[in-house]
Amino acid sequence: MTLSELKKGVVGVVKEFTDLEMSVKLMEMGCLPGEKITIARIAPLGDPIAVNVSGYQLSLRKFEASTIILQ
Amino acid sequence: MKTDLRVALVGNPNTGKSTLFNTLTGLNQKIGNFPGVTVDKKTGYCTLPDGRTAEIVDLPGTYSLYPKSKDESIVFSILADKANPLTPDLVVIILDATNLKRNLLLYTQVADLKIPVVVALNMMDLAKKNGIAINVDLFAKKLGVPVIPVAARKGEGIGNLKAAISFANKIALQEESIDVEAIAPELIAQISDELKLDNPYYALQLAHQHEDIKFISPEQSGRIEELEKEFSFHSQKAQAAETIARYNFINDLLYDTVKIPETAKEESVSNKIDKILTHRFFGLIIFVAILLFMFQSIFAWSAYPMELIADGFVWVQNSLHHLLPAGPLAGLMVDGVLGGLSGVMVFIPQIAILFAFISILEDTGYMARVTFMMDKLMRKVGLNGKSVVPLIGGFACAVPSIMSTRTIENWKDRMITIMVTPLVTCSARLPIYILLISLVVPNRNVWWIFNLQGLALTGMYVFSLISAVVVAFVLKHVIKGSERGYFIMELPVYRMPRWNNVAFSMYERAKTFVFQAGKVIIAIAVILWVLASYGPGDRFEKIDQKYKQPQFARSLKPDELERAVKSEKLENSYAGVLGHAIEPVIRPLGFDWKIGIALITSFAAREVFVGTMAAIYSVEGNAEKMESVQQKMKTATDPETGQPVFTLAVAFSLMMFYAFAMQCASTVAVVYRETKNWKWPTFQFAYMTVLAYAASFIVYHWLR
Repeated sequence: MTLSELKKGVVGVVKEFTDLEMSVKLMEMGCLPGEKITIARIAPLGDPIAVNVSGYQLSLRKFEASTIILQ
Repeated sequence: MKTDLRVALVGNPNTGKSTLFNTLTGLNQKIGNFPGVTVDKKTGYCTLPDGRTAEIVDLPGTYSLYPKSKDESIVFSILADKANPLTPDLVVIILDATNLKRNLLLYTQVADLKIPVVVALNMMDLAKKNGIAINVDLFAKKLGVPVIPVAARKGEGIGNLKAAISFANKIALQEESIDVEAIAPELIAQISDELKLDNPYYALQLAHQHEDIKFISPEQSGRIEELEKEFSFHSQKAQAAETIARYNFINDLLYDTVKIPETAKEESVSNKIDKILTHRFFGLIIFVAILLFMFQSIFAWSAYPMELIADGFVWVQNSLHHLLPAGPLAGLMVDGVLGGLSGVMVFIPQIAILFAFISILEDTGYMARVTFMMDKLMRKVGLNGKSVVPLIGGFACAVPSIMSTRTIENWKDRMITIMVTPLVTCSARLPIYILLISLVVPNRNVWWIFNLQGLALTGMYVFSLISAVVVAFVLKHVIKGSERGYFIMELPVYRMPRWNNVAFSMYERAKTFVFQAGKVIIAIAVILWVLASYGPGDRFEKIDQKYKQPQFARSLKPDELERAVKSEKLENSYAGVLGHAIEPVIRPLGFDWKIGIALITSFAAREVFVGTMAAIYSVEGNAEKMESVQQKMKTATDPETGQPVFTLAVAFSLMMFYAFAMQCASTVAVVYRETKNWKWPTFQFAYMTVLAYAASFIVYHWLR
């Protein structure tokens, strides 16, 4: 399952990434394998989304979320 | 100023870095540019407890030393390049105590460059409030560097930080974080050996960034490239491995030094606010309401000070005219230079108010939510969530709006935003539209409540926004962007705005505008003044002689005579000659040479149009007398056909021209300042002129 398919409010755990370039940026922002991640809210137009990860809130587009595979 | 120590401030965005900078330096700071890039370089001075002076350089906020934007690439260049005159003796790293984990990534990278480091642990007050317990002594011991808890907004701990800066060692004492060499052992060893480097992390950074770094020679860069091939080094894989290793180190470090409660209190407050402000339905309504309020305020609050500035200049000009002996020099100074200066100064209130709003929106964290909400919509047309504010600000004035595009990290998105912002109906176009609409559109209501003139004006505003979006969509496919479009962005916790920061931003932006754009505008204003005040050959003398004949003095009152002279002189000035010369070109748009003169004189600033029209039709007083200008224009007829000049077709054709044409020297100047390349303002000027001509042509022939 990828992050873009996660339900709002459900806790997921990051497993791996499908896009190397994107993964470098995501990991720098604290979105690492083993981290707990939850979707906090979805933008009014349905994209992007806001997630809670590593103790803060990060926003990313649905496409970017689809490169994050969860356990 | 003589300095004993150079200190660089480094940290993630939203860590209170600029607040700390302001607290350390007071107002003793200046904003310049880093060489070769449009990144603001803020430097200031701070007196240390031992009497020495430290120069503080505020580096752009970044999450890592691997740059994702041009701004961020400055950080590594300045920290690593020993030959750079800005290279610091000491780095103060600001860590957000409420978000230590992510903040520590940058710390471990900078620390591994082995530059002396002091850690400022900011937002300690918030961390305490949220129940985050940090064992600062153990934390400092584990890192091997001084760690100073501060609360920059409240000014707490600043004295301790200054003391730590003055006591800081000249050599780096920080503990090792990760085994850098393990990432690419042979490559790091070989680069270190050939380039005589003593720091493995510096060697690794060169391997990653050698193509974009200016301080190593092309030969060295080429050699590094060869070595990378030899040892099959993959930059992104190495970065990923490094980041994972660093976070492992950070997790170990935080394990027994920091205790975080399950849910942070401050964040839940922020979440509650977000539930309303980014609500599926109310979120957009609130956003539109905030924009309308901003838009209204920019107009309403600036009206009085703008009038005051304009009146002030008129008063000074009149007084000087009486004081100075009449002559070309007085004319140049008073009408040319002061006239140009007043054209610049009247925009200060709008610029200051727009930037007050923008700095409040950014400070509170709402701007990040605007981006979050608008991204999908704006991305469709090649823009970015952050383009919304410049576009709306464009209704007031394109100049501060273009300055505000700096918040857009993505280069391509920023360029497109800059390119289309001047299409939005700015306040300088308003008097032209009002004049022309009231001339040709009947003042009556349709469908009970809608006033036809009001509808026409609203139509021009909506049309401008649509044209900006359409042009953006086209440019999306024309401009080539090298950076990949990310939207991986921190949503900072909501905060109260810092009012002194708001005031400082207003002051700083207004100052930048006056000094940067002002130079160009005054130069162009002077040229236009010369064109309008002098004529070829002895034409002006002949006019003077003609009107000295007694029959004029008998039939005309003195001020009527003066206006007749002025009007005829304008026709025979270089501007008038030019107006006649361009008539063949503008004829297809329905314009005569008189409109041609107005196009030329309003070349640098649209608002000059009304004034020029007043002068050409030699009406009493000045541009304020709009009704009398209208009356004259309404009765103006074409001498050849006997038909009225300002028909519906001509008026709308003229409005189309002003809607698209780049008749604004300030915008050209500010686009150059922001892009640092004449290519952009030239391209913008060209495409807008072509669109203006085409739109006028179509509208004129359609309505005729």
